[in-house]
Amino acid sequence: MSSPTATAPNYELIQQDGLETSLLEVSMGPHHPSTHGVFRMDVKLDGETVVDLQPVFGYLHRNHEKLAENMSYLASMPFTDRLDYFNSMTNNWAYALAAEKLVEIEVPERAEYLRVIMAELTRLVNHISLVGFFINDLGALGTPLLYAFREREKIMDLFEQASGARMMCNYFRFGGLRNDVPEGWLDRTREVVDRFPDFLDEYEKLLCENEIILSRTQGVGCLSRDLAISAGITGPMLRASGVNYDIRKVDQYGIYNRFKFRVPYTDDDVGDCYDRFMIRMLEMRESIEILKQALRDIPGGDIIGKAPKIFKPKPAEAYARVEGPKGELGFYLIADGTPKPYRYRVRPPSLINLTVLRDMCLSQKIADAVVILGSIDIVLGEVDR
Amino acid sequence: MTLLGSGIFKGMAVTFRNFVGSYFHRERLPTNDYSWRTEGSLPQHAGDYPKEEGEQLRDTTTVTNYSRNFPMLLHDGSEPMDTIRCVACQICERSCPPQCIYIEKSTEKKEDSSGKMQFYPATFDIDVSVCMSCQICVEVCPFDAIVMNSQFELSTPNRFGGLLLHQGDLLKSNDYYHKIHPEEAAARDKRIADEKTAKEAKKKAAAEAAKKKAEAKAGAETEAGDEKKEVAE
Amino acid sequence: MSHTVGHEPILGKFPGLEWDEEAGALVAPAAQAAKIATWLRDNDAFLLDYCSNVTGVDYLEREIKEKVTNEAGKTETVIRIEPSRMDIVYHLYSMQKQTGPLVLKQRTNREQPEVESLTPVWRSCELQEREVYDLFGVNFMGHPDQRRILMWDEFEGHPMRKDYTEPFDYEWEPTPHDEVLERHQRGKVIV
Repeated sequence: MSSPTATAPNYELIQQDGLETSLLEVSMGPHHPSTHGVFRMDVKLDGETVVDLQPVFGYLHRNHEKLAENMSYLASMPFTDRLDYFNSMTNNWAYALAAEKLVEIEVPERAEYLRVIMAELTRLVNHISLVGFFINDLGALGTPLLYAFREREKIMDLFEQASGARMMCNYFRFGGLRNDVPEGWLDRTREVVDRFPDFLDEYEKLLCENEIILSRTQGVGCLSRDLAISAGITGPMLRASGVNYDIRKVDQYGIYNRFKFRVPYTDDDVGDCYDRFMIRMLEMRESIEILKQALRDIPGGDIIGKAPKIFKPKPAEAYARVEGPKGELGFYLIADGTPKPYRYRVRPPSLINLTVLRDMCLSQKIADAVVILGSIDIVLGEVDR
Repeated sequence: MTLLGSGIFKGMAVTFRNFVGSYFHRERLPTNDYSWRTEGSLPQHAGDYPKEEGEQLRDTTTVTNYSRNFPMLLHDGSEPMDTIRCVACQICERSCPPQCIYIEKSTEKKEDSSGKMQFYPATFDIDVSVCMSCQICVEVCPFDAIVMNSQFELSTPNRFGGLLLHQGDLLKSNDYYHKIHPEEAAARDKRIADEKTAKEAKKKAAAEAAKKKAEAKAGAETEAGDEKKEVAE
Repeated sequence: MSHTVGHEPILGKFPGLEWDEEAGALVAPAAQAAKIATWLRDNDAFLLDYCSNVTGVDYLEREIKEKVTNEAGKTETVIRIEPSRMDIVYHLYSMQKQTGPLVLKQRTNREQPEVESLTPVWRSCELQEREVYDLFGVNFMGHPDQRRILMWDEFEGHPMRKDYTEPFDYEWEPTPHDEVLERHQRGKVIV
């Protein structure tokens, strides 16, 4: 048995007397507005139908891994913000987890709770803006995206108050967090979290029954369960294909075993764009549940554990992963006893989720290729690193 | 079987509610008001932008009070260069991830604000076109000499020289720091004071212990001990 | 918590399969990796159907100073030369059994690195093995579409190798106070 791959459909070009037709090659990008950054799709078209598609990227490649191998462990932390710039907090967390595996540091209770709060707020930020962009890709310019950004702004303000920056938070440290949240921050967060479900209700009313959205997304870009598992798809996209796999439940890193939450996944084998969109809407509700529990139980106390002054791990290897909003974000570190990592590798969920872009787009219409790409949820800072 | 198009009308109702509601509730507005003038009027011309540092801050906006932009150097008293906290140890230069700090150490020592002889930076430059506002220099500084400023109006027509901030541009008083980051500055000052008292208490304890030891030694009255003491003195 | 996969039952099945204690990884012998990977994926005891992370590690030749106790009972420092090598690392998980990780490594030389591609076993290797080919210059036999992925096609060299040096006319923006500015002033970099 080999792994499942999609093959190009059999097609016959119309050959009429005197008329000759051929396949049209279109290069979508790198400046195409629907490609979420500098990303290019080389598409071969038969009329409006996609018969071949090759993703081309690397325009934003900075060789983050090489940079990190030439600087100290701590100095890489601000660079992880710039991988997936929507979710700097979860990026920080994944890196901190990997480093904490190399050197055993105990994370204080309060820091663990704040980490969960930050990660779940990040998930809200990511999913809400993804849904906005996704609807934007469908052609509904502006309105849903701006409503989403209005809510995102409130959470960004919270990030700014805690860490000093809205997107490049650089807030996590090995063994805890950089600083405690300011006075009154938890109350402000409670207020934002309590009002978020109202917004979600309204947003669902706005989008989830809209006939145009239904007809544009249902049955478009299907991804089967077997292919999703084999292609290493993670995150909401995997769960939309009917696999119940959430690293928060499987690994239970941090203190996720203390919270009661459900993992939404579909029970059929379809995995179309609508499933991926709905899974994210449902996941936001569960994030709010986690946030409410965390904000209720958060204790006082220290914010950072006893980390060594000079971070110099003994030779070892560590792989740590978290359930990022886009999928499994992993950091693989090899220490060789110096203050710099010998090997530093990021497992980017966006890049690996792109593996199946061709399979999902084949024999779809060209306009749907844009929608399918939007439903994968990529950020080019992470794809290219 | 629902009527085709009812979903669209439901969505339209939400849009309409938001449109009308935005005239009555500010949170329905999809844009936030970050105007920095106390009067609340947005600048109309380029000349209206705040000229003085710290002017862009408004008491009601909590956000700017927590934000960070580029580093600045702290001094304690009125004369910036005489009371500069930085001792040119170059730790920040070495740990800066994008390598945007450039320090030249002075050749001779000078009295700092507490009257101790210290080195000082002869040159302290930060290239803000490279700086990524990560705050690692602030964390590694053992002297609390470098903190983050929230000044963001730094645009300049000169691409290379204009974005290179020199010591004179970077030096800010502790009072200014209290003004822009009140909570953080208060916490930092408290920590410095605590460390100082702890250090003094430790010094005192150490001195007392040394005294006791010396007394005990004197009690033994060995010649060698006396000699040693003399040498030590 | 995640349940790690025991490696002992695998070792006996394949001759030449070794366990690297220091790295905590299975090291597959050359030209057998695909066979072992398929077995790991399909065997009911493991069902490692999900390959999470694929990457390369470049080890230069290096001297290791070791303290060894000799026969006379004295400790002496011995310099051991560890040969250079290239590791390709696979982190395997099981989604069905929710276990993992099991680390599988393929080892090859640095000069002509060539390993078996595991893309036919797990599709998730496709883009990641292309990345290893691009950045480390490892040749994956049996890879369906081995091209550069992050660097452009005309690029020479493999940047993630430890001995890679960037070309001197590399595109830089001159900044005040650094070596690039110096080179710029000497007129070597044309901006």
